[in-house]
Amino acid sequence: MNALFCTMLTGLYALMRFGIWRNPEYRAQLAVYDVIAQIRLIDSDSGRWFELRGGRVRSGAGLHPNPDITLSYETAKAAVKLMMPPIDWQAQVEAAKSFMLRVDGPDELVYHFTQAMLGTRRLGWTFGIPASNGERRYVSMTNGGPCFVYVKDGKVVRITPIDFDTTDAQPWTIEARGQSFTPPRKTTIAVHGLATKSMIYSPDRMLYPMKRVDFDPKGERHPENRGKSGYVRISWDEALDLVANEIKRVKSKHGPGGILFNHPSHHQWGNIGYWTSALYRFINAVGATRVNHNPDSWEGWYWGAMHHWGNSMRLGCAEPYGTVEDLLKEAEMVVFWSSDPEATSGIYAGYEGSLRRSWLKRLGIPTVHIEPYRNASASFMDGKWIAPRPGTDAALALAIAWVWIAEGLYDKSFVEKRTVGFDVWKDYINGVSDGVAKTPEWQFAETGVAAREVRALARAWGKKRTYLGAGGLGTGWGGACRGPTGVEWSRAMVCLTAMQGLGRPGVNFGNLQWGTPIDTSFYFPGYGEGGMSGDINFTASSISLYQRMPHFPSVNTHLQGVPRTKLPEAILEGHAEGYPRDSRSIEGQFFKIRYPAPAHSPVKMFYRYGGSNIGTMPDSKRYIDMYQSDKLEFVVNQSIWFEGEAKFADVILPACTNFERWDISEWSNVSGFMTNCQVQLNHRVITMQHKVIEPLGESKSDYTIFRELGHKLGLGVYFSEGMSELDWVQRMFLASDVSARMSWKEFLHKGYYVVPAPSERLRAKTAYRWFYEGRKKDLPEPHPLPSEYKENYLEGMQTPSGKFEFDCETLKRFDANDQERPPILKYRRSSESIETERASRYPLQMLTPHPRFTFHTQGDRKDSFLNDIADHRLLIDGHYYLIMRLHPSDAEKRGIEEGMLVRVFNELGSVICAARLTECARPGVVHGYESSATYEPLGEPGKSPDRGGMLNLITPKKSQFEKGDAMGNSNCLVEVEPWDGADDMHAKYLATKSAASAPRENRA
Amino acid sequence: MKKWNLIFDVALCTGCRNCEMAVKDEYVGNTHAGYTAEMPRHGPGWVQIRARERGQFPAVDVTNLFHSCQHCDDAPCMQAAKNGAITKRPDGLVQFHPERAKGQKAIVEACPFRAAYWNEELQLPQHWTFDSHLLDAGWTEPRPVQSCPTGALRSLKVEDEEMQRIIADEKLEHIEPGSMTKSRVHMRNLYRYMRAFVAGTLTVTKNGIEDCVVGASVTLTRGTERVAEASSDDFGDFRFDDLIPRSTDLRIRITAPGYREQVLDIEVGNSRWLGEIRLEPA
Repeated sequence: MNALFCTMLTGLYALMRFGIWRNPEYRAQLAVYDVIAQIRLIDSDSGRWFELRGGRVRSGAGLHPNPDITLSYETAKAAVKLMMPPIDWQAQVEAAKSFMLRVDGPDELVYHFTQAMLGTRRLGWTFGIPASNGERRYVSMTNGGPCFVYVKDGKVVRITPIDFDTTDAQPWTIEARGQSFTPPRKTTIAVHGLATKSMIYSPDRMLYPMKRVDFDPKGERHPENRGKSGYVRISWDEALDLVANEIKRVKSKHGPGGILFNHPSHHQWGNIGYWTSALYRFINAVGATRVNHNPDSWEGWYWGAMHHWGNSMRLGCAEPYGTVEDLLKEAEMVVFWSSDPEATSGIYAGYEGSLRRSWLKRLGIPTVHIEPYRNASASFMDGKWIAPRPGTDAALALAIAWVWIAEGLYDKSFVEKRTVGFDVWKDYINGVSDGVAKTPEWQFAETGVAAREVRALARAWGKKRTYLGAGGLGTGWGGACRGPTGVEWSRAMVCLTAMQGLGRPGVNFGNLQWGTPIDTSFYFPGYGEGGMSGDINFTASSISLYQRMPHFPSVNTHLQGVPRTKLPEAILEGHAEGYPRDSRSIEGQFFKIRYPAPAHSPVKMFYRYGGSNIGTMPDSKRYIDMYQSDKLEFVVNQSIWFEGEAKFADVILPACTNFERWDISEWSNVSGFMTNCQVQLNHRVITMQHKVIEPLGESKSDYTIFRELGHKLGLGVYFSEGMSELDWVQRMFLASDVSARMSWKEFLHKGYYVVPAPSERLRAKTAYRWFYEGRKKDLPEPHPLPSEYKENYLEGMQTPSGKFEFDCETLKRFDANDQERPPILKYRRSSESIETERASRYPLQMLTPHPRFTFHTQGDRKDSFLNDIADHRLLIDGHYYLIMRLHPSDAEKRGIEEGMLVRVFNELGSVICAARLTECARPGVVHGYESSATYEPLGEPGKSPDRGGMLNLITPKKSQFEKGDAMGNSNCLVEVEPWDGADDMHAKYLATKSAASAPRENRA
Repeated sequence: MKKWNLIFDVALCTGCRNCEMAVKDEYVGNTHAGYTAEMPRHGPGWVQIRARERGQFPAVDVTNLFHSCQHCDDAPCMQAAKNGAITKRPDGLVQFHPERAKGQKAIVEACPFRAAYWNEELQLPQHWTFDSHLLDAGWTEPRPVQSCPTGALRSLKVEDEEMQRIIADEKLEHIEPGSMTKSRVHMRNLYRYMRAFVAGTLTVTKNGIEDCVVGASVTLTRGTERVAEASSDDFGDFRFDDLIPRSTDLRIRITAPGYREQVLDIEVGNSRWLGEIRLEPA
């Protein structure tokens, strides 16, 4: 065995020499560091040393007197097992865990040498396909869908959707009403994905690490100048030393919890580089206060609808399976209620649903669109538009139910057999319990929708088999669930559908965005499975990926948490309380989070990823106050672009885009966040994310930044396991079912794999048909979790009764007397209603839905192509202003004309926008997309109007109700007036600015 | 000889702007030697989606129109060009030659569709080439078509006779003066963008309760000519589309069993909603 060990080491030496001789990249890789590495046994003096110097290698048998690093194996037997190709990752990880394999020496040299060893495996790997004109075609992924990337001379030439080749799998076909529907053999890509090239080569890219000019970690830190002062370029070494030293200082001086990490809801795509992956591994290794992210695009479903029917693991939303086929075959009408899939493009799903909605038109199935603004989907479907005032939807819904009860237009048998508590709700609707019948005439005063229209809608809905599309996905994702009365809206959606017999053919949730007949059994992990994080507590890693891809586990030992909705208050006031997102059970949301935790430090250091919170969180001036507070001793921001709150950091670490690093992924696959989220897609496509270009400037991948920071903390080898991103990509490939269909080299070369559609018999069954027919649940998802069933496993809903509950037992148990969230759905006037006192000053209701042309802040500004879309921003005097849409009658009253600059304001602040006059806005309603990427105060930050378009500066932070943390900022009261003088104001501010604020030095 | 044509279906366009962005992606930062110089990063796109709103709250619709170089067979720009700056390719595409077109602003001014653009920095007239450099390299469709999610854009390389048949079958039209300049870009359901509609809502009040009148018969006449017929839907709504804007002398007649007939004389400037029309029980 000893001889075999020595032979294998000699073989390694030969391979390294071969690589140096034949492969310039390998030679360059070796040349980065000089190192003497010893590989040896512990139980004897056998071994071999390797000396890497100037890109060359020397080696000798035996022990070196003075190696820089040592890799030791307990025995020759163990060494041979671990070194024998192909690598047995399980054995490697077990060996490291049991200390059969040890490493000594500086982290960065260990990493360098393991890479020199692993690099010999990569010598024959090729990737990308030669294309015309000297270009090479690679594959990558965006939040808007997969893409081909054509590259020439190290520069991205173009980004396109993927056209399948003749060897790729054939798609599915749905036969409905005598017609045949098959998607084309290609992927779609959303416009923000298609414009990615302009974001990669954005002038706002950060190309070097930077430090705020007046930040001195050893002297005056000047936190009050965050957001005001300029930056100077520093070296990576200086930047990483600074951050590593602050981590050590805060941990030892203040104790556990002193460091806070936070990430945006979405990131650059890719399972290895995602925040659930590299970031979580790093956070867990360092130990940090966690931010509990509220379900910000699902609020009403999570806090409200869930109590009627469970589905906690879907945040209270509906099962999506089989609904595309059922809808096309059986439905006679589709109601889109606060549902604009053409704007939000599902989520991560390109424009896959658009074609399917065109089939709806082909079949002549009528649609109704309920929304205060006539949205893109209503225009595309050319359907009936009903425009209630923002926040009044529940009144309209109650009146629909009143008509159904009065005229007997509901599924009485279903209500009797499959639901409980209907009589209690019915008494409220009929006014038996409160003396007010919720008639169409009653609702008019609240909604402004004519009684006759409500009656007409109720009759059509009650007589026709109707699908309800509620939110962008048809169940959840944006829309009214994020408004001040989102809980009531979501509850209304599920109660109405229950009355119509949920699961009856043609009666279900959906707008053709979700529920395609694709293969759900083929395994490929989504980002919810935590990538290489090993995080078995806060990701879904332990369910499948952890077993399939053996790697080190990781645990954050710091138990302190902060509710995200109160993050600035927690920092500024030193304490905060809130309710969590915990989707294991319906009751998970009742457990209070208390900050600070016992014997934990308040947060002293904030490690922030990206700059989006200030654009996406309500009343976001709070973030400016937080950043400028001395409570935060140190703020580091790791970001791709210089925008948003990245400009409020002390040190900025420039990250690269996912086109500049290796990764692997499947579009629309988020795993446990929404199981089988891919049923939005026409084709499941697994993509290799080629590193198509080198990182721009000195930017680095997130993984690399964490790894190198890890080296400074002695955590580097634990963090990386000696692996590069490409090594991790290969490990994830091997862990997935793709490896059974094509070889690694083939996948790496071609870049994608199309998962074949299942045969008709293997398609998932239709959502809720099992429930409607009183059978066991027969859908391909592992939830509710077993303990959540009350009687037999798989029988009934997750609710206490196992039935749909109009009168919610879980709410009764928690607080039966909660007037804000009572056990039955009741109408509650919105805190942002025009009937409130504040409406005399701010009489317009502003809708701030998810943006149509960008993906949250991604794609917005950065000088991207998207800014030129006439319906996104408007270029006036050199500035791209966000568009604020308003009805001509409201404009006329205020002297506002098309294209004029306007000040949109309330007591929270002012945002300067460009006016667009449109009949698509209900009079009294104004409409502008949220999630601006830029904050451009015209004067003192936080104290002057913004012309970046950050509408969340003026949306309310108030939770939808007190005993929960339900953001309710998607509509609020404002006033709009003509504005001029922006440039004057800004010029005056610049003139008074302190001379200490040097301009930022970003580009060479 | 097969030649390229483009078909745009107004009814299938979601307004996603992928076609606009695909063209920006293809030409900003890229010079395609022998075909075109770089496109300016900002400013008007060589391909644009233009939205039009018709009607009034609450009877509104928004439709989109694809706007680009029409690759006319009788191209006015070619007549304005000097030094052979513009040629017609055998596959029907109009080709601007950057090296010969420099300084010829007249080319931009000659385009009746305003689909040629002046690149101030390069002093060049530019247009969307139909991605001819890609087609010549073996691509089967130009990028706006490839990136269109619904098939609202289609490209066809067919004989002119075959195209005439398709035009007749699918009732395709040109944006004028495309008929005169023999445009190669054809529009389907163009009325949704160019024409006007008139809509109304039929209501009735019985026993103090207002309701929508469903299934009433509505006819539209001009003089003695019967223009169209419709019936009111579940919401009492009816709509006549494909009307020539600024139509006068129109009459709407509403009949429904159990109601008195109503006649309205109307004019249609642009699209309009007639509002609620109250029917009286007979």
